[in-house]
Amino acid sequence: MSRHLLLLLLGMAILASAMPLQANAEIDPARQGELLHLLRHDCGSCHGMTLKGGLGPALLPDTLAGKPAATLEATVLYGRAGTPMPPWRGLLTEAEVAWLVAILMKGVPDAP
Amino acid sequence: MRRNLFALLLLVLLLGGCATPLRGTGDLGLIIERADGSVLIVESTHQQTLARIEGLGDLSHASVVYSRDERYAYVFGRDGALTKVDMLRQRIAGRVMQSGNSIGGAISQDGRLVAVANYQPGGVKVFDAETLELMADIPAAYGDGKYSKVVGLEDSTGNRFAFSLYDAGEIWVADLHDPRNPVIEKFRDIGRLPYDALVSMDGRHYIAGLFGEDGLALLDLWHPERGVQRILDNYGRGEQPLPVYKMPHLEGWALSEEHAFLPAIGRHELLIVDRRTWQEAGRIALHGQPVFAMARPDGRQIWINFAHPHNDTVQVIDTVKQQVIATLTPGKAILHMEFTPRGEHIWLSVRDEDRVDVYDTTTLKRIAELPARKPSGIFFTARAHRIGL
Repeated sequence: MSRHLLLLLLGMAILASAMPLQANAEIDPARQGELLHLLRHDCGSCHGMTLKGGLGPALLPDTLAGKPAATLEATVLYGRAGTPMPPWRGLLTEAEVAWLVAILMKGVPDAP
Repeated sequence: MRRNLFALLLLVLLLGGCATPLRGTGDLGLIIERADGSVLIVESTHQQTLARIEGLGDLSHASVVYSRDERYAYVFGRDGALTKVDMLRQRIAGRVMQSGNSIGGAISQDGRLVAVANYQPGGVKVFDAETLELMADIPAAYGDGKYSKVVGLEDSTGNRFAFSLYDAGEIWVADLHDPRNPVIEKFRDIGRLPYDALVSMDGRHYIAGLFGEDGLALLDLWHPERGVQRILDNYGRGEQPLPVYKMPHLEGWALSEEHAFLPAIGRHELLIVDRRTWQEAGRIALHGQPVFAMARPDGRQIWINFAHPHNDTVQVIDTVKQQVIATLTPGKAILHMEFTPRGEHIWLSVRDEDRVDVYDTTTLKRIAELPARKPSGIFFTARAHRIGL
């Protein structure tokens, strides 16, 4: 009985960690810090340091709402032809891009 | 009698307390601290910081112009704020929130008007330099009721301002002889996505860089009737451009007597242009995508910084030899460079190391460093007397 409970708990823990935090689990905290820095300062050179937009569009949760994460991830990875948005593939991994898109859609934690 | 004496003593004390040593402003400058919304007032004779002024808002993309007496700085913030800073009293002398999102500005030849280029709402606003009162509002309307982001706003002679419409692909010249009634001349179909521009030191040639097109747009402001001419057409020779991780800034306008030196977009090259014919006169291979190509005031050297991921490097070009003479790695994220008025030193902002470095341009050695929080633009007051800066 207690072994069943343990298994159940273990199963729940695995499921919980696998679902919303999947990208998180693959990126160590030091790299997360680097990615947030890149987001604010390098993505920020076109999208604004506070992500309210500049030459490029705003990247706030409101402006991204309703856009599929996969589309946004593809935009970051492959760029947008005919616009200044460059492909970040080669500089960022797919997991890192997925993590950044998820953060953007929720709102960047230290954005003022 | 005794009361008079007391009053006199009090007056002397008060005056003495207020008096600061007399000084000029010709060796002063501002450093933008982009993440904190603050600026440092610095002095380039002894490479020191005099004061930090806070409360300027979002300075993540900020630039500065100066009044002709070099007393006041006008700081253009990303959030649409225009802030006037008193360089001597070391405080904010005036501030207006004039749009939702702006990119930069310019000051008129006579110093009376400050113009700001706005992304949102797209257009140009012109302010009285003394009072910051709005004098003119020029919406960048195009097509079917749309408004374009405005870039590359530059001052020229005759109280004219030239600027480019990013979304519309147009160049406009606004004549502000009568500031409340600007006369606008529009040049259409100048090319796709002009992203920045520059004006030559004599105020004559306005050049807009185009994104995604192999060429630049040139307007001769002495001969506007000749229209906009395409120069350096097909400089990319039809090759696929490399990705650009930070847009070049053309403001540095590197010039020698015969040549102009321009950052190529999507190519790790500096383009050399013959100033008489506007034909390509060569190109210099570089370490990465150039962002600024800044000419030393005597025109003998050009210092270049680079876009991510090459932004830890600066290259120095000798304009006579037309080759790279030094590749320096001062630190992480070199965002901007500014020469002292006669060019013996250059100041570099090292954003990710919270530092500004000063290099001797003859020995190419670092001679000083100043702490600064996430520094970006560095602007010395000598810009007050240069057209197009």
